[in-house]
Formats: sequence, structure tokens, C-alpha cells
Amino acid sequence: MKKKEILVLEELLGSNKKIASEIRKRLEEKGILTINLLSSPGAGKTTLLEKIAEKLKPDYKMAVIEGDIETERDAERIRAKGIPAWQIITGGACHLEAKMVGKLFPEIPTDLDFLFIENVGNLVCPASYDLGENIRCVLLSVPEGDDKPKKYPKAFTTSDCLIISKSDLLPVLPFNLEHAQKEALDVNPQLKIFTTSALEDSGIADLIEFFISSLKKLRQKNA
Amino acid sequence: MHELSIVASLFEILEEKAKEQKAKKVISVKVKVGALSGVVPEFLKTAFDVYKKDTIADEAKLKIEEVPLKVKCQKCGAEIIKDDFVFLCEKCESRELKTLAGTELLLEKIEMEV
Repeated sequence: MKKKEILVLEELLGSNKKIASEIRKRLEEKGILTINLLSSPGAGKTTLLEKIAEKLKPDYKMAVIEGDIETERDAERIRAKGIPAWQIITGGACHLEAKMVGKLFPEIPTDLDFLFIENVGNLVCPASYDLGENIRCVLLSVPEGDDKPKKYPKAFTTSDCLIISKSDLLPVLPFNLEHAQKEALDVNPQLKIFTTSALEDSGIADLIEFFISSLKKLRQKNA
Repeated sequence: MHELSIVASLFEILEEKAKEQKAKKVISVKVKVGALSGVVPEFLKTAFDVYKKDTIADEAKLKIEEVPLKVKCQKCGAEIIKDDFVFLCEKCESRELKTLAGTELLLEKIEMEV
């Protein structure tokens, strides 16, 4: 019997990263801006996407990839807005991986402006998986409480933008907006923060403005 | 908990390396887990022990080195270990910090019997 030790130094999520980089490159070449939405279940990702769809539809082409453990419900809600949507049913897995998005690639129209990916509702696991997005947004809804950024740091440190959703509930819940913003900026000083209410249609125009300016930057880079 | 998915990725690399080396069995595996890697070391161990059954690593031990979050201040140059994930320099209060370590999730080495 002979013992041997080998040095590997390989990232455990290296293969996911590689697929994600390939997805990002191919979508960028087509001038498509990809946005990955992360949050706990019920923070309002689908409702926000419905609102975004209503506002973007007249001038821009968008599509949505929905990730859920079970059911086609979210994709159906998006399709009802006249937007192409695909449902990835993970069958138990708590996050989306780049290879799941890669499988859908042949079906994604090449003339899109925006591709949204709604991750499985979970504030922990999806944060570890790059899906090939250009912008990662984490949603924190007012009913969840203002103390989440430090409790779930990875979701906030890896995101580019924080959307504080359901702001219509601020008057009735003990959620301190300033505290939430401070906590989020403590763990990630670069975060762009938006406060939105899909029900009252507030703050969403600013968020869309940010997506549109990011799309323009991506296309300038391509030109 | 996505530790089982991570262990599945670990085994992809592990089995490939063991095959390359014509290993008879894997004795131990060492991984580095950063404080901001999003992975809980204890769950990683449990997932490893579940996954290893009937593989070449059946009797292998998973060794985990936990790596704290280490940042460098871009203003005053201080290198600080952060336990609280607050990106603020304790010396000059700058928020321009560069992460040096603590986000990694790395298969470092494999010990095997050949």
C-alpha cells in the first residue's frame, strides 16, 4: 500500500462558474441584459415582475425564467401578461444552477432586451450560484423585518441591488427603513437600494430606469 | 441547504482525480470553506458522509479548514479579519475594502492510496 497526496486547488463550484460565464458571454453578445432575482419565498418577486412587464412591454422585449420547487404557477402568471416565460421545476432543489439555465438556451429568443431569472425562494442557497446574470437583485420585503442583511450576509454581499419590497406596509409594521438600508450598506457598501410597492406602483419606475441604463451601458460596451 | 449539491460537485472532481492517479481508495479530502462562502461546514461534513457510501471515498475523512473573512482597506492599507461582515475599516472608517479571503470554497488536496 502506497499513500499519495495530491494538490488540487479547484473551486468546488468551478463547473457552475464556467457554465455561467459562457451564458453571460453569449447573452451579452446578443445585447441582452440578464437579471437574477433572489429573495425569501413570498417577498414579491413574481408580483414585481408582473409590474415590470406591464411597464417595459410597450418599448422593450423581455422574457422570464422562473425557478420553483414545484408547479408552473409563476410562469403562467408571467405569460398572462403576454411575456414569454419558462418554468424550471427543480423537484426539491433549493436553488437554480447555471446548467439549468443553459438547458433553456436554445429556446431563448435572440432579439430580447431583458432576461429576468426568478430564483427559487430562498435567501441562502441561491446566493452561491452564478447563473450568468449581469445584475443580481435581492428583495427584502417589509414583513420579513429590517434585520435580515446581517443574518443572511451572502445574499446581500453578492448582490448589486437591493429592492425593499411591499413598502405600502411600512405604516403598519415596525420596519425601520433607515436601519434596513444601513444594515445592507454595512455588508455591501456598493449596493444600490430601491424601495418599491407593486400594489401602489411606487419606486418601480426608478428600478426600471436603472435596468434601462444598465442595458445601454452593456450595448455601448458591445459597440 | 445546498451542501449536498456542493458535495456532488466535490465528488465529480474527486472521482476524476482518483481515476487519473489510479487510486485504490481515497483516504482524506481537504477543503477550504470561507466564512462568506455560503456553506455551513457542519452540514458539508454530514452531506459528505451520506454521499461517500459505495464510492471510492467510502472510508474517507473530510477535513475542513475554515477561512475567516479578511479584507484590506484601500485607503489606509490595514488588513483586518471581519467577524461581523461589516465592510467598514476600524482604523480609518473607510468603506473601500477589498476582500482578500473568506469567500472561497476550494478542494485543496486529496490523500489517496495508490
